[in-house]
Amino acid sequence: MPEQESYVVATAERVFADLADPQSVIQLRNDSWRAPAWAALLETGLPLAWVPEVLGGPDVPLDEGFAILRASGRVALALPLAEAMLGAWMLAQAGITPPPEAASIVPSGPHDQILVGRDGRLAGKATCVAIATEIERLAVLVASNEGPHVALVRTTDCRINGRPNLAGELRASIDFDGVFPLAYAKAPAGLNHAAVLRMGAAVRAQQIAGALERMLEISVRYATERIAFGKPIGQFQAVQHNLAKLGGEVAASVAAAVSAADAILHEGLASDASILEISAAKIRCGQAAEVGAAIAHQVHGAIGFTDEHVLHRFSLRALSWRDDFGNEVFWSTELGSMVARVGARGLWPLLASR
Amino acid sequence: MLELRFDPVRLPPRCNELRHEVREFLAAEVAAGTFDPRDPESGSSTAKEFSKRVGARGWIGMTWPKQYGGQERSFLERYVVTEEMRVANAPTRHFFVADRQSGPTLIRYASEAIKRKILPAIVRGEICFCIGMSEPNSGSDLFAASTKATRVDHGWRINGTKIWTSNAHNSDYMIGLFRTSASTRENRRHGLTSFLVNMKAPGVSCNPIGQMSGQKEFNEVVFDDVIIPDDHTIGEIDGAWKQATSELAYERSGPERFLETYGALSELVDAVGTQPPATVVAGIGRLVAELHTLRRMSVSVAGMLEAGREPVVEAAIVKDVGTVWEQGLPHRARDLAALVAHETGPNVTFDEKLAFYLKIAPKVTIQGGTTEILRGIIARGLGLR
Ligand SMILES: Cc1cc2nc3c(=O)[nH]c(=O)nc-3n(C[C@H](O)[C@H](O)[C@H](O)COP(=O)(O)OP(=O)(O)OC[C@H]3O[C@@H](n4cnc5c(N)ncnc54)[C@H](O)[C@@H]3O)c2cc1C
Repeated sequence: MPEQESYVVATAERVFADLADPQSVIQLRNDSWRAPAWAALLETGLPLAWVPEVLGGPDVPLDEGFAILRASGRVALALPLAEAMLGAWMLAQAGITPPPEAASIVPSGPHDQILVGRDGRLAGKATCVAIATEIERLAVLVASNEGPHVALVRTTDCRINGRPNLAGELRASIDFDGVFPLAYAKAPAGLNHAAVLRMGAAVRAQQIAGALERMLEISVRYATERIAFGKPIGQFQAVQHNLAKLGGEVAASVAAAVSAADAILHEGLASDASILEISAAKIRCGQAAEVGAAIAHQVHGAIGFTDEHVLHRFSLRALSWRDDFGNEVFWSTELGSMVARVGARGLWPLLASR
Repeated sequence: MLELRFDPVRLPPRCNELRHEVREFLAAEVAAGTFDPRDPESGSSTAKEFSKRVGARGWIGMTWPKQYGGQERSFLERYVVTEEMRVANAPTRHFFVADRQSGPTLIRYASEAIKRKILPAIVRGEICFCIGMSEPNSGSDLFAASTKATRVDHGWRINGTKIWTSNAHNSDYMIGLFRTSASTRENRRHGLTSFLVNMKAPGVSCNPIGQMSGQKEFNEVVFDDVIIPDDHTIGEIDGAWKQATSELAYERSGPERFLETYGALSELVDAVGTQPPATVVAGIGRLVAELHTLRRMSVSVAGMLEAGREPVVEAAIVKDVGTVWEQGLPHRARDLAALVAHETGPNVTFDEKLAFYLKIAPKVTIQGGTTEILRGIIARGLGLR
């Protein structure tokens, strides 16, 4: 996808900047920006980006959808666009028309399992589900004797215990016992627990990469403006080298995330190639978030540690996104197991296949 | 501000066929005893003949113009050949420098007569090149070079010393950087010129320098009244500094910039077997994620080069992140292997292989431009200098 030529991504970028600019959000000190911003986002149709036209969506190609989410990371978008896109994507996969209300996606943790009883009611718990005031529905992958199904559930029907994550965004434990779905349909071949985790991980990798891109930009700008010892701090070699290192982390996260998105577009979610690409992206972006956020803060000194500065909106989000849909150790274990299976002789052919 | 773009460039399908051809060729070479893929030091006595066989397959200078023996194939195809040879530990030392660096420099800056004479011989794998930049008092600061080229009738006379010159003792030619005038106050980079030097010319002598890894791979090269013909200048006289930057993107972003210690990873995977403990599994997963990402970055830069761009900063990033990674790799492999060795007893082969990679690790962040120099280039690209 020739990214700078994508009209959809450019539009998304503009909408984000107009509605949810992080500096304005900080200055408001309340949530009054949220409702109008979300309404405007709904108007653009972006939350349904990955839904085909027959189900009422704009059918944006997968990779453009991922690029939209990277752009959302570049503004540290504090609205559940990624969740809504993922939820609608999963519903649409199973042929369910996504409702007007935004649905978050379940599972988002490696160990969650939701079952269905003979009476059609759900049972089980999910952890680490991204929720928000805008989220009124849940798209739930359900295990059953007839294979995986997708259920659409009303949030108010569930027992939800939400807690703020590092960035102050809600992550919930959700108890589905006894909940009766609004819609229920068989998942298509290949859509299973592992596939949902991979899709979610690829989304978080994009968001992290986007946040890091902006952290680099504001750090470089600050380094050229802040004067110490009579010159801009960006003229000190130690600062330059730190920023160069941040550049390397940004490059790695962008390359890994974009490559994983491209792999999903062409290879789906189940091939060995996609497993390599997606796990590598989630691991590498997670590492980059850690190293990158530390450097960005170091360059900013105390000002970057204040609640009024935008930096934390990027750094804390990037760090918190590491925890969703499997963290670095989870994916390292997945990838490492695959490598142990193919052995030293299979390792290079696996890498070279991409 | 600079946008760091790393598009998801994929190797085109014809690269797959090529990859299989290279693998088959290398397997046959291994079977014939040319080199041992698990011993990176093997193949020193066979490298010269190996080079000719690689040339016969058309895999040297493959991107070069047809008129000089090249095949005008893509950088992505060259990429495949390079990475397969590197991972297999094939003895590429006889042709690698000429293929990557010297040939392209000659194509851009040498006289037509030189190009016609030298390039086809490189393509055939017959001649070996070395790079004469560093001097005892000029390393990172290339522009401090003081080995002198003085005008004589129909040519130049060279006096001075180059150092750390890899493979000079096996080389037929050097592309050397010599001082032809003093630097000026306005431009301290002024006054250096690139020359094509015949290493067999009278007055050139090579003194091998041993390395801490036990290899004898680099040299001191002394020039004692060496005469170089006029048409052996490469590019603008006194203006070599203008030529340097564009080539660096090729030199810095290739797979050799993160695969030099790959053997430590494959030996590790081999040594720990199919069911290693959880910590080892996760550790290997992390290493593979990082390597995959580096390769994707590097392929992306190859794609930019193919598209005619000059991704100097992106290339510097690949080398910086890549060499720091490959330097750490053997240490991390050592860490992880210990967990398995405790269960199954010491793994002698693994330890021996690992020792080699641990010993060469320090050099990878020095050769071809140090980490600090690279970060300076990246910082400039970011707009900080
Ligand atoms: C295995 C190997 C093979 C080599 N092969 C060749 C070859 O074939 N041809 C060739 O010409 N050269 C070759 N070299 C030499 C290599 O290019 C130089 O070693 C390298 O450029 C660094 O120069 P130096 O060793 O003089 O170190 P110095 O330049 O003296 O640097 C020493 C330290 O100071 C740091 N430093 C220097 N300047 C700065 C600065 N401005 N800011 C911050 N830090 C700085 C460096 O980063 C380094 O850490 C080889 C080197 C090695 C190790």
